[in-house]
Amino acid sequence: MGLTLTWLSVIILIPLAGLFLKTFELSFDQFWSIVTSRRTLNALKISFGLSFAAALVNLVMGTIIVWALVRYRFPGRRLFDAIVDIPFALPTAVAGVALTSLFAQKGWLGAPLAELGIKVAFTPIGIFIAMIFIGIPFVVRTVQPVLLDLDVEIEEAAASLGANRWHTVFRVILPSLIPALLTGFALAFARAVGEYGSVIFIAGNLPNVSEIAPLLIVIRLSEFRYADATSIAVVMLVASFLIIFAVNRLQRWAQTRIPAH
Amino acid sequence: MTMQSGLATSPTQLRVYAPTADLDVASPPSREQERARAIVSPRDSRTEPGPVRFVIIALALTFLTVFVVLPLVVVFAQAFSKGISSYVAALTEPEALSAIRLTLLVAAISVGLNLVFGVIAAWAIAKFDFRGKTFLITLIDLPFSVSPVISGLVFVLLFGAQGYFGPWLQAHNIHVLFAVPGIALATVFVTFPFVARALIPLMQEQGTQEEEAAISLGASGLQTFFRVTLPNIKWGLLYGVLLCNARAMGEFGAVSVVSGHIRGETNTMPLLVEILYNEYQFVASFAIASLLAMLALITLVVKTVLERRLDEGQIPSDD
Amino acid sequence: MFRRILPIVAGLIWAGSAFAADVTLLNVSYDPTRELYADFNKAFAAAYSKETGKSVEIKQSHGGSGSQARAVIDGLPADIVTLALAYDIDAIAAKGLIAADWQKRLPLNASPYTSTIVFLVRKGNPKAIKDWDDLIRPVVDVITPNPKTSGGARWNYLAAWGYALKKFGSADKARQFVGDLYKNVPVLDTGARGSTVTFVERGVGDVLLAWENEAFLAQREFGKDKFEIVSPPLSILAEPPLAVVDKVADKKGTRAVAEAYLRYWYTREGQEIAARNSYRPRDPEIGKEYEKSFAKVELFTIDDVFGGWAKAQKDHFGEGGIFDQIYKN
Repeated sequence: MGLTLTWLSVIILIPLAGLFLKTFELSFDQFWSIVTSRRTLNALKISFGLSFAAALVNLVMGTIIVWALVRYRFPGRRLFDAIVDIPFALPTAVAGVALTSLFAQKGWLGAPLAELGIKVAFTPIGIFIAMIFIGIPFVVRTVQPVLLDLDVEIEEAAASLGANRWHTVFRVILPSLIPALLTGFALAFARAVGEYGSVIFIAGNLPNVSEIAPLLIVIRLSEFRYADATSIAVVMLVASFLIIFAVNRLQRWAQTRIPAH
Repeated sequence: MTMQSGLATSPTQLRVYAPTADLDVASPPSREQERARAIVSPRDSRTEPGPVRFVIIALALTFLTVFVVLPLVVVFAQAFSKGISSYVAALTEPEALSAIRLTLLVAAISVGLNLVFGVIAAWAIAKFDFRGKTFLITLIDLPFSVSPVISGLVFVLLFGAQGYFGPWLQAHNIHVLFAVPGIALATVFVTFPFVARALIPLMQEQGTQEEEAAISLGASGLQTFFRVTLPNIKWGLLYGVLLCNARAMGEFGAVSVVSGHIRGETNTMPLLVEILYNEYQFVASFAIASLLAMLALITLVVKTVLERRLDEGQIPSDD
Repeated sequence: MFRRILPIVAGLIWAGSAFAADVTLLNVSYDPTRELYADFNKAFAAAYSKETGKSVEIKQSHGGSGSQARAVIDGLPADIVTLALAYDIDAIAAKGLIAADWQKRLPLNASPYTSTIVFLVRKGNPKAIKDWDDLIRPVVDVITPNPKTSGGARWNYLAAWGYALKKFGSADKARQFVGDLYKNVPVLDTGARGSTVTFVERGVGDVLLAWENEAFLAQREFGKDKFEIVSPPLSILAEPPLAVVDKVADKKGTRAVAEAYLRYWYTREGQEIAARNSYRPRDPEIGKEYEKSFAKVELFTIDDVFGGWAKAQKDHFGEGGIFDQIYKN
C-alpha cells in the first residue's frame, strides 16, 4: 500500500503538483487573463468543440460498428474486429503523417475531395478527422462487451409482447447500453482533447482557426512563456481529471444498474 | 462451489469494470457462445430486415476502411514507393539504428518499471478497501487522458534547468532532461495506467480467498504471490505489458517535449519519423513509420491471442 | 530462418554505438540548416583532426529557433548555438548561459553567413508574383510559418514590413500591408521547414516566403521544373548568428574546440561551404565566385529599419505586439 502511494506520488502526483505550483506563482487575475485571452479561448474551443463533435461521430459510428460486429455474420468480420484497435496501437506520429498524406490535396482521398471543393488537410476538418481516427476504438471496445452480454431473452420478451424491431432496439436495447455508450464517448472525448501527435501534422495551425490547445502550450513554451503554457495545461488537466472521474463514477453507476444476474 | 458460482457472474463484472481506462481488457469470455445465442434467423422479429442489415454492415466497413485501413496502407505504400532497397537503406542508416536502439531501451525501462509497480498498485486496489479508492483509480487513469504535451511539460518544470530540481541536478552533474532518464520518465508517466488497469478487474474478481487459503496453509507472502497470485493473473499481466509496450514505443508528444532532438542520441523512432518527414526524406520517414506500424500490427495479433487465453483463464484450475 | 536473422539484426542495432571521438560537441541549430551543418561538420572534423590530431564529433539538434533556445535554457547541454536570429541567443544570454556581449566576440555580428527572404512560386509563376505588392492580392495564397515560433517567419514578416514602410512611408500603412498579407495565409506552420513541406509536398498555396537557402534547397530536392525562385527587388538582410554557450563549454571543457568550430566559419573553406549551400558568404572573394548564384537584391538590415532585434521583438512579436493585434482583428 505504502509502496503504491509512493510510486504514484513520484510518477504522477509530484509532476502534476509541480504544474500547479508553477501556476500558483501567478496571481489569480494573471491566470484568468491568460486563460480568457482570445487566442487561448479559441484554442480551447477548437480542442474541446472538435473533440466533442468527433466523439459524437464516434458514438454513432462506433455503435453501428459494434452492432455489425456483434449481431451480424459477414466475411472478414474477425479481421475488422481486430482492425478496430489499430488507432490505439499505432503511434500518433505515424497516424499523423499517414492521415496527412491521405487527405492532402494530392492524396488518395484528398484529391477527389478537393475536386468537390472540400479541403480537409490543414483545416479544422482535418483536426476533426484525426480526432475521429484516434477515438474509434474507445466507443467500440466499451460498448461491444455489454452488447455481447445483453440478454437476448429481454429482446425476445419485447418481441413477443408485440414490440416491433424499431421499438425493441430503441426502447429496450439502447437504454441498457447507455452507461457503456457514455463511457466510450467520454474516453474518446478525453483522448481527442489531449491529442497532439496525429493532429499537428494535419491541422493548419492557424491561430484562432485551427490551433489546438496542446499546440498552443508548445508554442507558448517556445516563446519562453511558461506561465501561459502551464495555465493552459492546468485548465486541460482539470478537464481530463473531471472526465476520467466521471467515467469512473459511470462505471459504479453501471454496476448498480445492471445487477449481476 | 462458492468459487464456481462466483465465476458464473464474473464475465459481467469483468466487462463492467474493464472499460474504464483500458477498455481493451473488456474482451469478453465465451464470445462465440454468446454470439451464437444472439444470432437468430433473419426472418425473426428479433433482428433487422435484410436491407437494414446490409446498410449497417456497409456503413461500418466503409468507415473502418476509410479511417483505419487506408492510413495504414498509405504508410506501407509510401515506405516502399522507391523500392525495397531504399527501404532497407533507410532503416540501416546510423541515425535510424540509434533511434531504434533508444526506443527499445526506453520501452524496456518503462515496461519494466510499470510491470513491477502496476502489479503492486493493482494488488493494493483490488485486494483492499479504503477511502478514496475512486480518487486513487482516477489518478492512475489520469495519464491516459492527459495531453502528452502536458506530460512532457511537467517534467520540464521539475527537471529543467529553470525547474524545481534543475539547479540541484546540474550541480551534481545529473542529466535527466534531454537524456535517456527524462525520455524514460515521460514514457513511464504516459504508460502508467496500462498494467495496473489490465490487472485491477482480474484481481478484484478473483478475490482474496485463494491467497488467504495459501497463507493459512503456512505459505509466506512472497510464496503466495509467486505461487498463487501470479499464475492467476499472468495472462492479464502479459496483456497489460503488451499495451504498455505499444504505447511506450509509439509515444510522441511527451517525448518530443523532453528529448532535445539530438541526432543519433535522443531521437526515438516516432521523433525520427517527424524529422525525416521535415527533411524531405519521405521514403525514409515512412520506412520508420512502417516499422512502428508493423509493431502495432504484431501487438494486435498477440493481443488477440492473449484475449483468447484470458477467456480460457476464467476456468479455474482445480489442482 | 527467423532465429538466424534475429541476432544479426540485434547486432546491427547495438553495434556502432562503440565509436567514441576525443571530443564531442553539441550544436543546437534551427530548422533549415540541417544540410548546411552536415556538410560543415564533416569539413571541420577533418580540418581539426589534421591540425591537432584529435578526432571531434559534432552532434546536431534541429528545430524551430525559439523552441531550440528554450531547450538550451531548460538545460539542453549545447556547446554551440547557431540560431536563426540574435534575439533567441539573447534570450539564452539573459539566463546567464552566454556572456551578454556575445555578438561582439566574433566579427560581422557573429553571423559568418547571411541570407535573405525570397519567394518560391510554382512553375511558370501562374499568379505572376514579382514583388511584395503581389502578395496582398486577394487571389494569392501565401505560405509562411508562425513568427511566434519560427525565426524564419520573423524575417519574413520584417522583410514585408520593411518593404511597406519604405514604399508607403508610415507605420500605419505598413501595418495595414502586413495585416493584408497575413489575411492571405491559409496555414501557419510552426517552423520554416514545416511551411516548405506544406507548400512543396502538399501543394498548398501560390507562394512560399522562404529563406533564400531554403528555396534553393527545395528546388534542388524537387526539381527546377516544378518551382521557380522570385527574388523581390527589396528584402531584408537576414543574419543568423552563432555563439559558444559559455556555461556549458566551460563545464565540459570544450571551449577551445567550440571556438575553433565557430572560427572555421570565417575561413575560406567555411565560406565556401556556406556558398555551396546557398547561404550568402561574407568573404568578398568567395562572394565574387558565387556571384551568379545569388540574385541582386537591395537589402536593408534590422538595425536600420527596426532599431535592432530587442526592439523589433518587443514591438512586433511580444505579448500584445503588432502580430498579436493582427490576429485579433
